Amino acid sequence: MEQVLITPQKTVSEYLQQQSNKSLLRFITCGSVDDGKSTLIGRLLYDSKLLFDDQLATLERESKRRSSGGEDIDFSLLVDGLEAEREQGITIDVAYRFFTTDKRKFIVADTPGHEQYTRNMATGASSADLAVILVDARKGILQQTRRHSFIASLLGVQHVVLAINKIDLVDFSERRFAEILEDYKTFSSGFDFSTFQAIPISAKCGDNVTLPSENMHWYSGPTLLDHLEHVSVDMNRNAGPFRMPVQWVNRPNLDFRGFAGTVAGGTVRPGDEIVVAKSGKTSRIASIVSMDGDLPVAVAGDAVTLTLVDEIDASRGDMFASPQHRPEVADQFAAHLIWMEEQAMHPGRSYLLKIGRKTVTATVTEIKHKVDVNTFQNLAAKNLELNEIAFCSFSLSEPVAFDPYEANKQTGSFILIDRFTNQTVGAGMIWFALRRSSNIHWQALDVDKQARSMQKQQKPVVLWFTGLSGSGKSTVANLVEKRLCEMDKHTMLLDGDNVRHGLNRDLGFTDSDRVENIRRVAEVSKLFVEAGLITLVSFISPFKSERKMAREILEAGEFVEIFVNTSIEECRKRDPKGLYAKADRGELKNFTGVDAMYERPESAEVVLYGDEGRPEALADQVFNYLEQKGYL
Amino acid sequence: MNFRTDHLYRLEAESIDILREVAAEFNNPVMLYSIGKDSSVMLHLARKAFYPAPPPFPLLHVDTTWKFREMIEFRDRMAKEAGMELITHTNPNGLKDNVNPFDHGSSLYTHVMKTEALKQALDMHGFDAAFGGARRDEEKSRAKERIFSFRTKTHGWDPKNQRPELWSIFNTRVKSGESIRVFPLSNWTELDIWQYILSESISMVPLYFAKERPVVTRDGQLILVDDERLPLNDGEIPEKRMVRFRTLGCYPLTSAFESSAATLEDIVEEMLIARTSERAGRLIDHDEAASMEKKKKEGYF
Repeated sequence: MEQVLITPQKTVSEYLQQQSNKSLLRFITCGSVDDGKSTLIGRLLYDSKLLFDDQLATLERESKRRSSGGEDIDFSLLVDGLEAEREQGITIDVAYRFFTTDKRKFIVADTPGHEQYTRNMATGASSADLAVILVDARKGILQQTRRHSFIASLLGVQHVVLAINKIDLVDFSERRFAEILEDYKTFSSGFDFSTFQAIPISAKCGDNVTLPSENMHWYSGPTLLDHLEHVSVDMNRNAGPFRMPVQWVNRPNLDFRGFAGTVAGGTVRPGDEIVVAKSGKTSRIASIVSMDGDLPVAVAGDAVTLTLVDEIDASRGDMFASPQHRPEVADQFAAHLIWMEEQAMHPGRSYLLKIGRKTVTATVTEIKHKVDVNTFQNLAAKNLELNEIAFCSFSLSEPVAFDPYEANKQTGSFILIDRFTNQTVGAGMIWFALRRSSNIHWQALDVDKQARSMQKQQKPVVLWFTGLSGSGKSTVANLVEKRLCEMDKHTMLLDGDNVRHGLNRDLGFTDSDRVENIRRVAEVSKLFVEAGLITLVSFISPFKSERKMAREILEAGEFVEIFVNTSIEECRKRDPKGLYAKADRGELKNFTGVDAMYERPESAEVVLYGDEGRPEALADQVFNYLEQKGYL
Repeated sequence: MNFRTDHLYRLEAESIDILREVAAEFNNPVMLYSIGKDSSVMLHLARKAFYPAPPPFPLLHVDTTWKFREMIEFRDRMAKEAGMELITHTNPNGLKDNVNPFDHGSSLYTHVMKTEALKQALDMHGFDAAFGGARRDEEKSRAKERIFSFRTKTHGWDPKNQRPELWSIFNTRVKSGESIRVFPLSNWTELDIWQYILSESISMVPLYFAKERPVVTRDGQLILVDDERLPLNDGEIPEKRMVRFRTLGCYPLTSAFESSAATLEDIVEEMLIARTSERAGRLIDHDEAASMEKKKKEGYF
């Protein structure tokens, strides 16, 4: 049902030439139920002579059958497509219509007036350049008028037309028109629309829809169609910094690696530098690949495949951006949320959040306030019901890249999905990152482990001393560190004394606390290795699986397990801190070797027999190993 | 000359975005291929979306066995050119009972050989997403369908409970057995399709171009006599007329019309002065007022 106005004399090429100059306007019609939205769209199509013969015949036939408008043609029948709608005489879902005039192409979303379908109005508004808000001249401004104006403003619709309809039913009264306009302006003063135009119309009779009204000489403004054809659509969509969420990594063979996605902001050319927002890795565009040959440039809205000069790591969900103007990367932000589900939203409940090409889990940590759509006042709220709008804080399972919605609709919007029903339950518009995580741009680690260890002229490694309490671990580890230090090596020693009192002071000696204790120590030693240090760890570390975990988070050759194998009898005899005695008296629970297990290492790199050698001799043994294996 | 308009670029980009999103998010997508002009555009867009790789999903053709012969030849050639696997399926029950449009009427025939056959094929292969070439401008109930249109385990569509679709963020989540029908051409109009075919030089089934063909006239519609399977009524004698098709369904169900448009340019020109809407040439839609919505609830594309 594409409709065009064309004279038969025109040739195809002339026509197409003309088409290429046309812009596209996406608009929505909204307002309360029975304000005549569907009738208005039907009227626009009819008056513009945009209907085909068979559609007209069907329309006249169905109008007669239902006779909802007497003998006249019922234009709403053109638009209300679903059975239930025709039966109830109302619109329940968004319908998309397409029409073309000599000046423009239009996609119009007809959105429902009933409150329970407000979510559909938001759907229509999310992609609209302009909103036609209908008001019944007899009823004036209603709650839906306010709600829809607010949603239009919230979703960043740029242009608004206030169509005061059924003006014929108030005797084409200029005063009534002025009253309603005044009311509208009073409540909408806070909204930031680029243009605003009020037009008195009668969709049913045709006044000021496509033709100027004979009945309202007091009105000298444009007709609705005239305004739709001439309102300036923002041609600035290429402005703003480059953004492209990676949608699909195209890798048909080993020689080609393309990153496919739709440019969400700015422009990009071969040679441009880009950054992967989250990792901070940078590269340059090698080419913009297409089936029609490489392209010289791509702009916002283009679906492209980019190849890069460097082999950098990026996958679906990452965002390519201009390195000079990076997006935010954060796991917390504040956003407006429109709730679209019967079941209320509760802070703390976990939802899926899809932003760009990335899906993460998220919770609303706090409803800062909800908005009363009648007064636009901020109200406190514990939860959010269907169709309510609130300003909330979000916390995400991992950081994502985004821009404020105001700066970029594509990279600043998200939806919430229920994890169990899979329904789309909310729509969000990000305002700003919250402080904890804002503006920590992950720097590509150009100074890496290798650079740091070269600077220190050493090979970083973890020397992991394990053994019973009193076995001599710390004594040997101290001796080893002292000698390394004398050799100008850079070292760090982790033991119970410096870790248990600080980092791990929240942990006790139950099995699960011991596991966590060792996990933290392992992670810290990994960081020290990345810093280029020779790291000595002296912990009982009784469980095989944690020692294995520590080994596995490090690279091969970075973990040397040193088992200080001293018999329990010898340890008891030494008992330097009196702990065995305490444990034997039952004053100390979970003491390794007494009432807690020690799992002996089976394949330690170095085994020191503590019963026999002096500490210095044991340290020599460690040094021999390090020299043999090329660590020193 | 360059026929390509800014408007077409935007439509193309939107469709490519949808095609990629499905490939990335679903385990087992498939593209319904009906051989017509919309399918041809959709296939072309898929090739562009994944270039230089071939599209990462197969084509599925539900073969009612009542397709025009030229369509089948064309189908096989296109799949090969695109480097895609072609799956064809015919409802075996319908074949056994010889369900055909003449003895069983268009309504039952469409239900058995198209709707049921499609559901069988989707179930058999466990597809969790299926691309269709439908456009919102075709028909009133289509105008309200989402781009990502959720289907239950029994392939039902619930028009009152559609997922809201905001910006270009698509909710692709389905549970096992559920699926989503995806319509990458939702926002294209018939004119856009032809303009695009023209500017991209997309291959088309010759039936779209005017040629002398044998036809008979029934209820004011011209029916092509494609082979001996069309039973001629008493006194009916096929006559040769310059005709072409505006849409291609099953051959007794799609009527031809008189035309001299033999090139793509001619076709577009004819479109521009058209005064009859597209589906007028499809006999199934005339069956009842809300016929398309009813078929869709039952699982028709």
